[in-house]
Amino acid sequence: MAASPAYGEEKGGSSSLGEPEYGHDPASGGIFSSDYKRHDDLKEMLDSNKDSLKLEAMKRIVAMIARGKNASDLFPAVVKNVACKNIEVKKLVYVYLVRYAEEQQDLALLSISTFQRGLKDPNQLIRASALRVLSSIRVPIIVPIMMLAIKEAASDMSPYVRKTAAHAIPKLYSLDSDQKDQLIEVIEKLLADKTTLVAGSVVMAFEEVCPERIDLIHKNYRKLCNLLIDVEEWGQVVIINMLTRYARTQFLSPNQNESLLEESTEKAFYGSEEEDAKDAKAEAASMAKRKPYVMDPDHRLLLRNTKPLLQSRNAAVVMAVAQLYFHLAPKAEVGVIAKALVRLLRSHSEVQYVVLQNVATMSIKRRGMFEPYLKSFYIRSTDPTQIKILKLEVLTNLANETNISTILREFQTYIRSMDKDFVAATIQAIGRCATNIGKVRDTCLNGLVQLLSNRDELVVAESVVVIKKLLQMQPAQHSEIIKHMAKLTDNIQVPMARASILWLIGEYCEHVPKIAPDVLRKMAKSFTNEEDIVKLQVINLAAKLYLTNSKQSKLLTQYVLNLAKYDQNYDIRDRARFIRQLIVPTEKSGALNKYAKKLFLAQKPAPILESSFKDRDHFQLGSLSHLLNAKAVGYQELPDWPDEAPDPSVRNVEVPEWTKCTSREKRKEKVEKPFYSDSEGESGPTESADSEPESVSEESSSSSSSSNSSSGSEEEEEEEEEGSGEQSEDKEEEEKRPKRKEKESSQKAAPGSVGSPSEEEEEEEEGAKKAKKKPPQGRKGRAETSSEEASASESSSSGSDSGSEAEAKRRKAPPSNRAGPKEISLLDLDDFTPAPPQPIPSSSVVSTSLVTDLEGLTLTDTSLAPTLLSPAFGAVRTYELLHRMAGEGLSVEYCFSRRPFPGDPHMVAVQIQISNNTDAEVKNLRVSEPKPLSGMRIQEFPEIEHLAPGDTASVVMGIDFCDSTQAANFQLCTHTRHFYVSIQPPVGELMAPVFMSENEFKKEQDHLTRLGEGKLTGMSEITEKLTLPEKCQSDHTIVQQVTSAANVGRVPCGADNEYRFAAKTVTSGSLVLITLEQREGAAAQLTVNSEKMVIGTMLVKDIIQALVQ
Amino acid sequence: MCFQQKMIHSLFLINCSGDIFLEKHWKSVVSQSVCDYFFEAQEKAIDVENVPPVISTPHHYLISIYRDKIFFVSVIQTEVPPLFVIEFLHRVADTFQDYFGECSETAIKDNVVIVYELLEEMLDNGFPLATESNILKELIKPPTILRSVVNSITGSSNVGDTLPTGQLSNIPWRRAGVKYTNNEAYFDVIEEIDAIIDKSGSTVFAEIQGVIDSCIKLSGMPDLSLSFMNPRLLDDVSFHPCIRFKRWESERVLSFIPPDGNFRLISYRVSSQNLVAIPVYVKHMISFKENSSSGRFDVTIGPKQNMGKTVEGVVMTVHMPKAVLNMNLTATQGSYTFDPVTKVLTWDVGKITPQKLPNLKGMVNLQSGAPKPEENPSLNIQFKIQQLAISGLKVNRLDMYGEKYKPFKGVKYITKAGKFQVRT
Repeated sequence: MAASPAYGEEKGGSSSLGEPEYGHDPASGGIFSSDYKRHDDLKEMLDSNKDSLKLEAMKRIVAMIARGKNASDLFPAVVKNVACKNIEVKKLVYVYLVRYAEEQQDLALLSISTFQRGLKDPNQLIRASALRVLSSIRVPIIVPIMMLAIKEAASDMSPYVRKTAAHAIPKLYSLDSDQKDQLIEVIEKLLADKTTLVAGSVVMAFEEVCPERIDLIHKNYRKLCNLLIDVEEWGQVVIINMLTRYARTQFLSPNQNESLLEESTEKAFYGSEEEDAKDAKAEAASMAKRKPYVMDPDHRLLLRNTKPLLQSRNAAVVMAVAQLYFHLAPKAEVGVIAKALVRLLRSHSEVQYVVLQNVATMSIKRRGMFEPYLKSFYIRSTDPTQIKILKLEVLTNLANETNISTILREFQTYIRSMDKDFVAATIQAIGRCATNIGKVRDTCLNGLVQLLSNRDELVVAESVVVIKKLLQMQPAQHSEIIKHMAKLTDNIQVPMARASILWLIGEYCEHVPKIAPDVLRKMAKSFTNEEDIVKLQVINLAAKLYLTNSKQSKLLTQYVLNLAKYDQNYDIRDRARFIRQLIVPTEKSGALNKYAKKLFLAQKPAPILESSFKDRDHFQLGSLSHLLNAKAVGYQELPDWPDEAPDPSVRNVEVPEWTKCTSREKRKEKVEKPFYSDSEGESGPTESADSEPESVSEESSSSSSSSNSSSGSEEEEEEEEEGSGEQSEDKEEEEKRPKRKEKESSQKAAPGSVGSPSEEEEEEEEGAKKAKKKPPQGRKGRAETSSEEASASESSSSGSDSGSEAEAKRRKAPPSNRAGPKEISLLDLDDFTPAPPQPIPSSSVVSTSLVTDLEGLTLTDTSLAPTLLSPAFGAVRTYELLHRMAGEGLSVEYCFSRRPFPGDPHMVAVQIQISNNTDAEVKNLRVSEPKPLSGMRIQEFPEIEHLAPGDTASVVMGIDFCDSTQAANFQLCTHTRHFYVSIQPPVGELMAPVFMSENEFKKEQDHLTRLGEGKLTGMSEITEKLTLPEKCQSDHTIVQQVTSAANVGRVPCGADNEYRFAAKTVTSGSLVLITLEQREGAAAQLTVNSEKMVIGTMLVKDIIQALVQ
Repeated sequence: MCFQQKMIHSLFLINCSGDIFLEKHWKSVVSQSVCDYFFEAQEKAIDVENVPPVISTPHHYLISIYRDKIFFVSVIQTEVPPLFVIEFLHRVADTFQDYFGECSETAIKDNVVIVYELLEEMLDNGFPLATESNILKELIKPPTILRSVVNSITGSSNVGDTLPTGQLSNIPWRRAGVKYTNNEAYFDVIEEIDAIIDKSGSTVFAEIQGVIDSCIKLSGMPDLSLSFMNPRLLDDVSFHPCIRFKRWESERVLSFIPPDGNFRLISYRVSSQNLVAIPVYVKHMISFKENSSSGRFDVTIGPKQNMGKTVEGVVMTVHMPKAVLNMNLTATQGSYTFDPVTKVLTWDVGKITPQKLPNLKGMVNLQSGAPKPEENPSLNIQFKIQQLAISGLKVNRLDMYGEKYKPFKGVKYITKAGKFQVRT
């Protein structure tokens, strides 16, 4: 805390340059100045008109956030600036929003519209940043908005926006995992993207959302392999890790012929043994048994394309490739990674730490790989201890008969180190070398025995422990050493070492028959002062001596056991009791007594000294789990190789050499140049990205035609073609193309029974210029999906998805599209016969025509005013404004009367019922000091002069909520008291019903959708599926529930399984159209069309709740 | 609800005295108390170098790096390659260094807003977004004294109002529209000798690690190719992403469109078959007498195989055993200091002249009663040799394509001691 005011002072000081009156240091009030006051200062600055003040305030707020202080109470003041023109203020507001939106969800909604606007910006970077912030706001209610925005951005023409969309996917998934299916569709689409910019991010999304859907990778496998080298480094890591897993499921083990002879073949490879000849024979034999292994070319492709990345400057990339080779490459090729890994040892110590852990694991399995780099693992006195110990581990793993002498010489220097932990580890390492390499066992043992006379007790103790383990292997020859160690008990104090010595003497007491009882004598004397583990070993020694040499040690044993009987530690008391029963024959003791000697002096297996890194390779190397040697949350097991290779043809795609630029692509490139050249035009690989979206757009047209279900046979043909179009090779596709176009056009003609001359024209045009054909297609898809929501039985999401794809395609098309309007009117006629043909602006002119459209809308509003329906008075809900207790006897309730508020049509009428439950008269009841949020207005009710006890008064007040669900706050005053109250409207009350005919409804809906289309598809439409409960399936209840949830009017409808409602928002008069379509059974689908996205979203939620309950 | 969240969740910056002076969350907020696990590990590790980079806690994993007296502690929730995080954190520290000239607590606190903006751009949802300095500098301008004065008067900002093009091009490391009046390209070939010399003066281990650092100030989109006289010397090379790997594989030529400004072009290792020339030798006599709480110290440094160049900037540092109380030495050249707390002896020698070899000699005072130190300390030597690449690597030529002007080109060679240790 001490540092923070000083910091604030500094900030305040700098602001004083600009504006003295605000430059007042907020902290100068001293420690006692309250936070509340300080924030007031900031609020004032945020409310000012000057950007410099706002910026200063935001900077101070961000500094607070950075220090982890709570700045949440500034939320309303900050969120207002979300639309600020100053880019830095805006950025800082974004920082703030992302931090606090989760805590202040309602207020955060206020900012949504700014981002929605940003999503439609012509500048790709603004679109991207809007999506980034929108998707970072963790407010569950905007999930549908995010979903739509992501879908939209996924087919954006800018790869940067598509990348942002890929980033947004995991964000949405973590907010609402129910969206998984839809998100997978987006991922699938983005995986097909051929720009390097997108590849890494989408694979990241894939790994997070659906790593199990390995089938999505097949088609993109070769592309990913080929793009890999150009992907940015972080993406490379993710892709390589994913492909490692993929390869493990799809290819055969390249080492399958050797797996049986793992150890011996390994030696053969690195030729350090003389058994070569034998191995070769064995290998040949096993080769003969199996059919020869041929590596899948795709497997080879992966290995070949990742190898250059070993040269990356990024340690994470190098490690990723190294683990890929370790897990996937044939043994003979794995060696290439050693050099790169050794290079990483020059890097930061944290990098060394991780790399050494992995090298330690690898060096157990593939020792030969690192042998040439042995000296790179030599230890310097300046290395941190944790690095030293890991290097030691590697050196030990690498030790073999040829290099052991060098390594031991090196170890000798280490033993004299000042770092005692490291010395202890070295002694253990020597022990391991001794057990692994028989040749040097005696040398090591001698060396360790010499260490027993070391001055440092820790060194001695560690040596004792290691010697104990070594002696267990061949005790008979080493009674001298045991004698030497017995003498050490006089000096050595480290409990573990004392315990080890005692155990050794006990175990081999027959080899040292004279010394053993004497040691026991000494230990009995000091028994009470020993550590617990030593005491246990004293008891152990006593027991063993009793069994072998009871004459000399009987009394001593009794004495020790008696001491132990009264020990403070229950383990020791227990052990003493147990041993006494076992060894001292009494009449009570059972059969076990006879076997006591066998029990105590059985041959015990020598401990195996092995690396703690053994078997760690079942974790994917380079992973967190491997490092921790424990499964981390979210760890994906590396699958075992399959026995039979899965079908390799799944990876075939239409373009075998995808970089090849076909003539068609060249032509297309020419057409789309203005759109791609700025971003992608330069790179060969990315150009070919065009081919995919095209087939997609065709797909979408086919899917929309299938939903049209006008002719089944055509639908089949179309689908078949779609499939083959994707899989067949490029040339083939090109041949097919003209044919397909014909089909398409004829198919298009078929449903349109209204034959038109422009039909032929269209066909001609199609033949000539492919690009011009797109707009009508796209628009058709769009129009259909929106209007046919009702009958699009499969899934509305996929429909709108493909629609939006087509939409994006349309945007890509040259703006100078002359054929547009004519064709459109034709298509519109197909779809909605009653709707008057309407000239639809092409995208380039949409902004101007939009204005006129909007004007039209407001005009109709006023003309519609008289036709406003009187509200359907169902069950009107009343809400409590002031409880009797809180109001000291005054209770106030309110309800939304759903009548237009007289005097101001933009206000919502709120009926307020005030009851006086006190026994005194209440006077001067009035509203005062309304504190409306920006733009909100309150029309107070006329003052109530007096209210007699027991009386109830009813008044009406008007509130203009600005079409938001923000609460209106005001004070309710009596002559004595003030009560702070607030009215929060349910979203359904922010609108008034409108009457319209079915045709008008359709027209408006169409209009709205198209309006959205001009800017951003689907932003004006929200669709949700629901299941109607049994009691809510009759006409009457449905209508009642909907009208009770929202102040809407019913629109007559031809179809009997559909319900339509219309309303417009009170303040801005925006239309809200509701369609509820009942499907078979209890299933239903609710669609809300509205320009006001937030209202739409919340309305859907409210209506569903009303219907489901 | 699903809590599967990957990559970096939060970042805490902690100074040596254990204050958390900055926190940033890319997802929901993680309480500062998670750092307690880190402090616990730090306490256990005794010195800062030994804090394990990866710590597992009940709900999170902490991955940390230590740079310039600051701990960068990141909070992870699920499996992620640890090197990915470590490498990224170092990139963050590099960026701070690049922006503020130093990566210190004061610099970070003084520029907290820029730091925050940078962190915001560098990670999206915990996944790296823009880490190239060229792009970041277009997004967020680095602070300069002039700019901060101008900003405070005009109220303008550090955030670029033109949006970066680099993100969008397929040369993401280079910003667009670079213009210089003087077009220059400088390359520094820096080689470091890593060596362990044993007691008797023979080389246990030695190898040469090199880097080529570049400072390129060229207008437009220059396409450079750099070739060597003896490229076969380079055994193991790692590249800046701008280098075309295929050209190197086939022709051993470095072909690239450079980033603007300073960057590391390649780092390499010289093949270990080549014998490494060790430019200096050290004669030493360090002994501690039994039972007399004193010892002798006598070290002489001399030149050896230096190819006619002067060895300069010689500094020797020695970590003396704990029992050493003080040292009474005389240096024939340069000056020495001994820190009785850390027990570090530093001898700043300067230039070595073969005529008169620098020598440091005198008495060592030991704690009375303490046993004689088991081990003699090892000597760490630093030195520099200008105008020499010890491996013999030579740049052949630099060609530029794609632009018309004639740039000024320069190559500088320098050899340094890397991890150069003499055991005694």
